[in-house]
Amino acid sequence: MDTLIELLQFEFMRNALLAALLVGLASGIIGVFVVIKRIVFISGGIAHTAYGGIGIAYFLGINPLIGAIVFSLFAAFGMGAVQRKTAERADTVIGAMWAIGMAIGIIFVDLTPGYKENLMSYLFGSILTVSNTNLWIMLALNLLILLLVSLFYKELLAISFDETFSTVQNVPVNAIYLILLTLIGFTVVMMMQVVGLIMVIALLTMPAAIAAQYARGLKQMMIWGTVLSVLFTVIGLFLSNYLNLTSGATIIIVAGAVYLVSLGIRPFFQRTSMVQVASESA
Amino acid sequence: MYSINKMIEHIDSPILTQPPSVLEINQLWAGYPDGVVLEDINLTLQPLDFVGIIGPNGGGKTTLLKTILGLLPPLRGEIRIMGQPVRVGRKQIGYVPQYVEFDRDFPITVWDVVRMGRVGQRGLLRRFSNADDDLVAEALRQVEMLPLRNRLIGELSGGQRQRVYIARALAVQPQILLLDEPTSSVDPQVKSNIYDLLQTLNERITLLLISHDVGTISSYVKTVGCLNRRLFYHGDELITADMLEEAYHCPIDLIAHGVPHRVLSHHQATTTTQG
Repeated sequence: MDTLIELLQFEFMRNALLAALLVGLASGIIGVFVVIKRIVFISGGIAHTAYGGIGIAYFLGINPLIGAIVFSLFAAFGMGAVQRKTAERADTVIGAMWAIGMAIGIIFVDLTPGYKENLMSYLFGSILTVSNTNLWIMLALNLLILLLVSLFYKELLAISFDETFSTVQNVPVNAIYLILLTLIGFTVVMMMQVVGLIMVIALLTMPAAIAAQYARGLKQMMIWGTVLSVLFTVIGLFLSNYLNLTSGATIIIVAGAVYLVSLGIRPFFQRTSMVQVASESA
Repeated sequence: MYSINKMIEHIDSPILTQPPSVLEINQLWAGYPDGVVLEDINLTLQPLDFVGIIGPNGGGKTTLLKTILGLLPPLRGEIRIMGQPVRVGRKQIGYVPQYVEFDRDFPITVWDVVRMGRVGQRGLLRRFSNADDDLVAEALRQVEMLPLRNRLIGELSGGQRQRVYIARALAVQPQILLLDEPTSSVDPQVKSNIYDLLQTLNERITLLLISHDVGTISSYVKTVGCLNRRLFYHGDELITADMLEEAYHCPIDLIAHGVPHRVLSHHQATTTTQG
């Protein structure tokens, strides 16, 4: 306990906890849509393409987070358009954009002279080095996510549940889907600093997937997803500190362990037994 | 001259102000880049019609459905819903999709599913109102699912889930219910319950039902058409032996697809008892 309080006296530790909260909120809300709409692959694509923005931002000497945000927007719109508007095999094109984005990032980093240690932090996460500036950017992104999700909540729910029915009701499904992809872009960019680009998808989906097993509605799922995401991050952060391990990987191991346990104990907590379903006739 | 035109307009106007057909399909050709699937389809639905379209798999049922819903543009011809083009008129359709295996983990209550029938009617940037809630409750009452409104959709039986989807379509306040294989995955008892429900709903609403289930469909609907590339439809008010003859005379091997001999005799029995 003493060491805990000692740790909190460091600014980097306070920043890390704030980052955990901000990332947890965004991923708790957006992760729900990624899981129920089954768009994990395209979310991974957006995250990796964003690395191109990080490389270019480094080369130009601006904040890599800004570069990542811009690139994630391009990725969201590009991949969304490919998926919706062309006859190409969407997953192939998304896979190609995924790799090209990363390659652009790596090449621009090569072209940048000097010290590149920080760049690794975007690949593997570095929650202990989140700067004040980045916290403010993350706060702004969170507010934007909250605003857009609350404005378009019923449409986001509708296209996640049944896109055909929504189309027939003249809900602008393509526009709403692009908004969702944009929000996913913002979220993964934030998460990159915490667990790193490579493990973003795990922290985006596992809390939501655990919550889905017990929640009785999307809003409940979002609340539990947020709580779990923050818990995993904070527990992983302290564990990594005591055990002297990489923080991002430790956070993912914590989340993964809980996820596997939740799957394992699930049969005992089934919401409805099959007997109950069978005994009810329509 | 001008006044004569005016007079003609006056003479015409009663005809013009007649309520439009609920659904009107005129010389529709539809299909995909690799081939025409539907040829010269003509179909008109008047208020309170209950039309069943049957046909073999690959006969174009899904294509017809997609075209009516505006998901697939016609190659030729046109469709009007309540006198309006599909893109506008489709908001008046209460669409009940075919049962598909869905994510039982999707955490959503019966109430929230049915309320999705109000999303398009309410419009962007507007919250659901009390009026929406009243319509959702009314729709659930009609399908006798109101007591289960707080259940999760994954906790329901197949028949109950189908009722929820019908309620969602009713919450749209549609002019027409369009049902795609409404009983494809429920047991016979539940099937006849659902058809009874549809017959009750038909007292106030027009229905169009698409199915390969020749047996059940024609004992419940008012008129039946047979679709296999072309639509064979006479629009008779009652199902007669002639109608069935017509339906089975589609240039398809319907006989080979189902169990039509048994079905046919079953139907003739039904029609005789009706007549």
